[in-house]
Amino acid sequence: MSDNNMKTPDLANIQVKGMTRESFIMRGAIAAGSVYGLSTVTPFISQAMAQGDGDVDILNFALTLEYLEAAFYTEALKQVSGLSADVKELATTTRDDENEHVDAISATVEKLGGKPAAKPGVDFGKAFANEKSFLTTAVTFEDLGVGAYNGAGPSIKSKEVLAAAGSIVQVEGRHAGAVRLLNGDKIAPSPFDKGIPMAEVLMKAKPFIKS
Amino acid sequence: MQDEAVKDEKAPEEPSSRAQFLKIAGGTGAAGALAIFLAACGDDEKSSSSSSDSKSEDKSSDSAKGDLEIVNYALTLEYLEAAFYNQVLESGEVKDKKIAEIAKTIAEDENQHVVALTATVKQLGGTPAAKPKTNFDDVLAGGEKKILETAATVENLGAAAYLGQAPRIKSKEVLAAALSIHTVEGRHAAVLNSVIGKSIVPDGAFAKPADMATVLKAVKPFIAA
Repeated sequence: MSDNNMKTPDLANIQVKGMTRESFIMRGAIAAGSVYGLSTVTPFISQAMAQGDGDVDILNFALTLEYLEAAFYTEALKQVSGLSADVKELATTTRDDENEHVDAISATVEKLGGKPAAKPGVDFGKAFANEKSFLTTAVTFEDLGVGAYNGAGPSIKSKEVLAAAGSIVQVEGRHAGAVRLLNGDKIAPSPFDKGIPMAEVLMKAKPFIKS
Repeated sequence: MQDEAVKDEKAPEEPSSRAQFLKIAGGTGAAGALAIFLAACGDDEKSSSSSSDSKSEDKSSDSAKGDLEIVNYALTLEYLEAAFYNQVLESGEVKDKKIAEIAKTIAEDENQHVVALTATVKQLGGTPAAKPKTNFDDVLAGGEKKILETAATVENLGAAAYLGQAPRIKSKEVLAAALSIHTVEGRHAAVLNSVIGKSIVPDGAFAKPADMATVLKAVKPFIAA
């Protein structure tokens, strides 16, 4: 693994704070993913996480994404000028939902005896240039969030955590459908929202995380 | 939300969820129409009695039986949804071009869900639930507004139904499949809510699940006797 880390220092530097015990596994896996392809790496992550507090790691992974989303809508409402009433309403609802998700997931991590992931530094580039670029980036975020939860869902051990994750991912799906409608996209890119492996989610989220 | 999930978890410990369905059906006094629906949900006798040489196999076939019941329940709901949108499109009642496009996408999704869930039941060694006889005449006669309101109701119910079952599913593969459909139902629900001027997240930041009995009662008016 260390060899792979050396070959791809950029990828290995992705920081998902709070993943204390597995952080080195995650970074190694992400780096390996870029060398061997993601499909080879995903089982490795699942295996590594199955050995310990898998649910806490999954929740902290989700928490990081929720922090990103919450920051995205909070900043959008401040920075994007000339938002239409419909878009402003959607952004407000979504921001409030994501903030509630952050609070609920943090509380759940603590309840399970874990340490909640820290709020990541963010950088949304030119996403706030105008309403269109905001909506397009929002579609990316919401679809990614749906895929992330659906990908992690089957690895969740506790039925209570799975029920909680399910109630959140449905709301992410609702955001995704609504924001796609406003952006003039097909409301569901496919009849099935397939799970996206964790390593792939992290790579897609990486451009928005400032280390 | 968690209370309901916990309550729902107890269902598999009952002698049979099917017995529970039947109890519910008896209680409502609409045996005729519901019997067809219920039969569709519980047709798994064949698979559970076919092969069981060792104790471990018994155990795995038990959990497969529970999953089978859930998948057939989902299949019955998807049949209902697919039939609804297919009839809505045929009726030509939805005049707005943009909304008709949405209905077409949703119809395609629901038809694909039927195909996928049917295949999943077969993979689990079960017999896919039969297509239920439906009746949407009153809704279709009510015009575009009534159709869209019903569509929103059905989608919100469908999303809640999947959410209610997810923690009960034993197989990771079946769970992954159910989750991949669950959020698509959530997308449909939010979009239809938006179209009829309702909140995209009627339960707030955390969607609420619905158990089988609740869902069954809600779809009863659409099952033909």
